[in-house]
Amino acid sequence: MDAQTLHPATSTGIPNRKLAIWTFIGSECLFFASLISVYVVYRGKSLVGPYPSEIFEIPLVTAGTALLLFSSLFVVLALNGCEQGNRKKFLGWLAMTILCGFFFIGMQVYEFTHFYHEGLTMQKNLFGASFFTLTGFHGTHVAIGVIWLLTVFFEGVRGRVPPAKALNFEIAALYWHFVDVVWIVIFPVVYLMN
Amino acid sequence: MATSVLDHAGAAGIHPERTGLWAWITTVDHKKVGILYGASAFVFFLIGGLEALVIRWQLMKPDNNFVSAEFYNQLFTMHGTTMIFLAVMPLSAMFFNFFIPLLIGARDVAFPRLNAFSYWVFLAGALFLNSSFLFNAAPNGGWFGYANLSSKQYSPGLNMDFWAMGLQILGIASLAAGVNFFVTVLNMRAPGMKLIRMPMFVWMSFITQLLVLLSFPIITVALILLMIDRLFGTNFFVPLGGGDTMLWQHLFWVFGHPEVYILILPAFGIISEILPVFSRKPLFGYTAMVFSGCFIAFLGFGVWSHHMFSTGMGPIADSVFSLATMLIAIPTGVKVFNWLGTTWGGSIQMKTPMYFALGFIAMFIMGGLSGVMHSSAPADLQQTDTYFVVAHFHYVLFGGSIFALTAGAYYWWPKMFGHMLDEGLGKVHFWLMLIGFNLTFFPMHIVGLEGMPRRVYTYPAGLGFESLNRLETIGALILGFSFLVFIVNVLKSSRSGVAAPADPWNGATLEWAIPSPPQEFNFPSIPTVHGRDALWEAKRAHGGKLPEPVRVSGAGIHLPNPSYWPFLAALGVVLIFIALMHHEAKYGLLYIAAAVALLFFSIFNWVFEPAEG
Repeated sequence: MDAQTLHPATSTGIPNRKLAIWTFIGSECLFFASLISVYVVYRGKSLVGPYPSEIFEIPLVTAGTALLLFSSLFVVLALNGCEQGNRKKFLGWLAMTILCGFFFIGMQVYEFTHFYHEGLTMQKNLFGASFFTLTGFHGTHVAIGVIWLLTVFFEGVRGRVPPAKALNFEIAALYWHFVDVVWIVIFPVVYLMN
Repeated sequence: MATSVLDHAGAAGIHPERTGLWAWITTVDHKKVGILYGASAFVFFLIGGLEALVIRWQLMKPDNNFVSAEFYNQLFTMHGTTMIFLAVMPLSAMFFNFFIPLLIGARDVAFPRLNAFSYWVFLAGALFLNSSFLFNAAPNGGWFGYANLSSKQYSPGLNMDFWAMGLQILGIASLAAGVNFFVTVLNMRAPGMKLIRMPMFVWMSFITQLLVLLSFPIITVALILLMIDRLFGTNFFVPLGGGDTMLWQHLFWVFGHPEVYILILPAFGIISEILPVFSRKPLFGYTAMVFSGCFIAFLGFGVWSHHMFSTGMGPIADSVFSLATMLIAIPTGVKVFNWLGTTWGGSIQMKTPMYFALGFIAMFIMGGLSGVMHSSAPADLQQTDTYFVVAHFHYVLFGGSIFALTAGAYYWWPKMFGHMLDEGLGKVHFWLMLIGFNLTFFPMHIVGLEGMPRRVYTYPAGLGFESLNRLETIGALILGFSFLVFIVNVLKSSRSGVAAPADPWNGATLEWAIPSPPQEFNFPSIPTVHGRDALWEAKRAHGGKLPEPVRVSGAGIHLPNPSYWPFLAALGVVLIFIALMHHEAKYGLLYIAAAVALLFFSIFNWVFEPAEG
């Protein structure tokens, strides 16, 4: 039973849960802004290497970025399918979104492992510390998003996300878009501006 | 025909009264959550007060050794941390919880279980922080934890781990509540209650939640970086590894300055509720009060480096932050003049809440004056790190926040508990508190300007600090005693206090339209509002008085189910941090994984449990 449909209209007309996720996203923007600021403040201040230009694999990360960007498109298509009651469209595109998320995380795991083998640890220098913290927290947010989308997927498979309950999916999708937008800031600031 | 609530309890969706401890652990009722916050906050306020009394006993005479230097460091760190995060903030939260839904004409907050979660996480964080005393490892690096004193090298014990992780846990509670109240105020107002008709306490609380949402993430990051340094050996704040200790100060104070507005804005809101009622006059300059509150919050993000005037930032930074700090005095002054304008020409009712409200105005003005003295960077170079600063912030935080919260307690006590507090004892409390407070903190302006430094466990004889310090200690004892008077009042009134009507003060706002204490569903039917001071407006339409509201059955009103998942999720959160402290133990990673699993398990069950009956 969806509490939202039982409730009277809200003062703003926006459902409570939707307003809540936007509020949460606004707060999280400050969280990532702080982490990104720390990275920027410490850029060029590492006492020893490895340094970013020696170690970044831009083509790989660009591919991962593209995957994440497309996943935002896919989740919109999935949401559209859900709202229309089109089960195939909903679950098909949602599966694609989740796959993209998995591959993005896979890219990051590979990248972190590669850096570690090149001698870059958190403790090695300020670049390692600030890079792993920033991208690690972002990656954790992606992972939470994947778990959330997987939950929606399995609920969808069981037929528990009809159009009347599309709001629940929309909220997960909003969170997913936020995670993508944060990466759209991180990618140029960290990888491209060197 | 009036029927008893209990007749219809099972059939109507009103839950048959759960009893005892289980009722409290599973409650999602904002009024119960409010009382939980208030009771806990008061206990921690007393603990913080005890820490202060020990500090004052140590400083009573020169070259004293009542406590060691090391223990003294723990005392002032915990006193500050406790008073800010475990006393003032949760006391404000008591009023947010109990009264925001009532003031806007709602049945509960937007997310009742998230509300309960916030409380349990707060309690867990408070207990976590204070458990450090059991290990003789209470935080000892100041409430602001400056780097790199807070590093593993210079703070090798567990003290600063308790501090950083404790604050992190408390931050989670505040953020969750921030989302909850932000949505509640925007979305759950009664029909006709436009934003510009809301009671001023709701406005100030709303702005406070926005400040929490924007500032807490920054300290979250600062604490994460500190913990990564301490646990995993990174160099964010370690100069030898390239780290910059100034980065800590900037991150901390970008949070820390908005934090002090988080501490004072709810107090402003309470005063703006009390003065009109006890002057029998509407609030003067409502719109100016709203906009000045918004302006204070906005400017509050632009003054943080006035805490850093002695760190060598250079003349441009010093000047910019000086100017911004002076600017922020203007909207604050607007508020003070509007409060005076409210009482001017009013029919003043000298009851206990009014005593504390008027005391607030006087004490807060004094705190503001020393504050604007700090705003000049060159003058602050003499004042910083001396007792002059201690005087300033106690005048605004105690003379301001605590006086206002006390006023709020006397004002709203009848509504919360159904009986009046004794007026005679209330006035004794006020005078003892006013006298004790000023005896304790006024001399600090003087010894501060004469050079007595902060955060030092003793001072030598012959510098001229002795007599004033002794006076301050006597003042602190009087101040402490005043709270014993309050406790006696609370106990006496709970046993034999006069039963409170719905509206003992001739109030202007909706909470006075329902019985004292309110029924679980708050309003039998959601009111429609036509203007500000909704209840005065309703009384005018009814020839000046409204009949005493009767208790009704509440049949057909849907309320959220109680739940234990918020409690378990909160337990999961704190267990994660405890496990992190033991991450080097044999099965350390396993403990962390188990705690994370508990958290996820609780969240899943919470999400999939039906919210309503």
